[in-house]
Amino acid sequence: MFFSFMEELRSAGISASLKEHLALLAALDADVIGQSPEEFYYLARATLVKDEALLDRFDQVFGKVFKGVFTEYGQNPVDVPADWLKAIAEKYLSPEEMAKIEKMGSWDELMETLKKRLEEQEKRHQGGNKWVGTGGTSPYGNSGYHPEGVRIGGESKHKRAVKVWDKREFQNLDNTKELGTRNIKIAMRRLRRFARDGAVEELDIDGTINGTARQGWLDIKMRPERRNAIKVLLMLDVGGSMDPFIKLCEELFSAATSEFKNLEFFYFHNCPYEGVWKDNKRRFSERTQMWDVLHKFPHDYKVVMVGDASMSPYEITHPGGSVEHFNEESGAVWMNRITSTYPATVWLNPVPEKQWGYSQSTKIIKELMNDRMYPLTLEGLDDAMRELSRKHGH
Amino acid sequence: MRFEGTDNYVATDDLKVAVNAATKLRRPLLVKGEPGTGKTVLAQEIATALGAPLIEWNIKSTTKAHQGLYEYDAVARLRDSQLGDERVHDIKNYIKKGKLWEAFTAPQLPVLLIDEIDKADIEFPNDLLQELDRMEFFVYETQETVKAVERPIVIITSNNEKELPDAFLRRCFFHYIKFPDRATMQSIIDVHFPGIQKMLVSKAMDIFYEVRDVPGLKKKPSTSELLDWLKLLLHEDMPLDVLQSRDPTKAIPPLHGALLKNEQDIMLFERLAFMARRPNS
Repeated sequence: MFFSFMEELRSAGISASLKEHLALLAALDADVIGQSPEEFYYLARATLVKDEALLDRFDQVFGKVFKGVFTEYGQNPVDVPADWLKAIAEKYLSPEEMAKIEKMGSWDELMETLKKRLEEQEKRHQGGNKWVGTGGTSPYGNSGYHPEGVRIGGESKHKRAVKVWDKREFQNLDNTKELGTRNIKIAMRRLRRFARDGAVEELDIDGTINGTARQGWLDIKMRPERRNAIKVLLMLDVGGSMDPFIKLCEELFSAATSEFKNLEFFYFHNCPYEGVWKDNKRRFSERTQMWDVLHKFPHDYKVVMVGDASMSPYEITHPGGSVEHFNEESGAVWMNRITSTYPATVWLNPVPEKQWGYSQSTKIIKELMNDRMYPLTLEGLDDAMRELSRKHGH
Repeated sequence: MRFEGTDNYVATDDLKVAVNAATKLRRPLLVKGEPGTGKTVLAQEIATALGAPLIEWNIKSTTKAHQGLYEYDAVARLRDSQLGDERVHDIKNYIKKGKLWEAFTAPQLPVLLIDEIDKADIEFPNDLLQELDRMEFFVYETQETVKAVERPIVIITSNNEKELPDAFLRRCFFHYIKFPDRATMQSIIDVHFPGIQKMLVSKAMDIFYEVRDVPGLKKKPSTSELLDWLKLLLHEDMPLDVLQSRDPTKAIPPLHGALLKNEQDIMLFERLAFMARRPNS
């Protein structure tokens, strides 16, 4: 049983090791917990999962592996007092059904029906919206009660083991979903490269001791402090199809500005051409020439492009394809100039990765980027930062 | 020696199991959770409940792992050597014990709190692996090994600013303090304000959870903020009907300074109030 549990966990991507398994056994051996399934669940959780993003997955695995074991125990009809069942039956079964059951005349059947109801409800609770909207035909809807699975589960709380793991309270912590500024910052920390640079203001003890030993008098040596020396050039697509992603980009932007000291940013629309700008209000009057950007910032800058790459393919492939002005050279030419000037370049795409295949232009951009396009999720950002921090030969 | 929560701390069942597992097997317990859900307080309460002294090691971005073990003050020794001080001949005079050393050699079994471990550099937890696993370390300057008389109870808190290395996590028990639901929150309030008016609490909690549910808040108020706010309401002797008359044109709750800590959030509430007023006029 334990071994299959461990195997399930590992195949679900929770890397529980032998060490943790042994710790769990040791804890069981030391009688840390009593003999209730909940306590075992809590203990297993504290021992085997070390990341709150994985708690939801753990709940699912736990539910799957121990389903047979605990459901029998938990749903033992003997635990449920008869009059409670009857009260529930009156509440939730229609008069016709009640009549039918009375005809059958047996509590066993009634319990069967109820059990099925409970199971169906629990399924609904887990699965989402299956029951919503069926109120008219369902016996639950008729009686004016909101058909919530929790309701029955909630009332029975004191009578049988409520499966805490089935509640899956940690659902929204899964790392593929939410992306707050702090998470972005954590991902960006991968890019840190420390270097000693700037004013000398730290006492260099080794140097001082060395110098003192050589000179015979106290020879104080100072050195500059370690600082993050990474340099980042951020290019953001604005307007049009990017509007739904404003919040996401805002967060990325604020995280990036606080994380990197040497950060430069520019805006473009759909695809970068010969001009970019820093202020959206003056996008037509105050442009910076792309050539100036390419010449001003050295090759060791890491370039992060953010955009949904959704446009007409001509905007990339043909001169004059831009929607806003007449471009002498095609977007593809400019993309190639950027990627060849800056070996460390990635494209972050806020559109979910599944949808990339449907857009011709996304495919083209991805090709131009040599596949270095990443979704704007925590995992995608992590991969992108790893790509950027790779050593690039030049 | 079982931890069951204390008079001023409400522990949920899963937390109790995690704490008991950690104290029994003497492995570190890693506690994570939203700021203000009582991570640091937990260590203090465990110490009180077990009657053990608490040793606190607060981590900052500049903290190095070896500072927890010991520090060798080379500069002081260098100075003494220039001045011809006698102390210079014994290197022990220049070794300062760190918190870990203190915990290992404490006369009574202590609770060691390593607070906000994620503040330090990414390598920090890795540098403490052996020390926390075997509960011993080697002092190079004096060539001695410091070994724990009895393995101390170690509580580590993290705000998730940095990922912790796998090897480190494998040696810990883990608990994530999730935001308390209404029932738990009620018992937390009962513990902190015994005999408080039921109506006031229920109204205040309505408002509190409403505020938390407002989409787009930069910083959601947490347990500690609710407690502060209640304290303030009591102190100001806020009449109940102020809370009760929740008219939508006054979206900002009274004494909101305790709940909202960000000028953008306050602006958001003012905008909401403005929007609620408009259709009426």
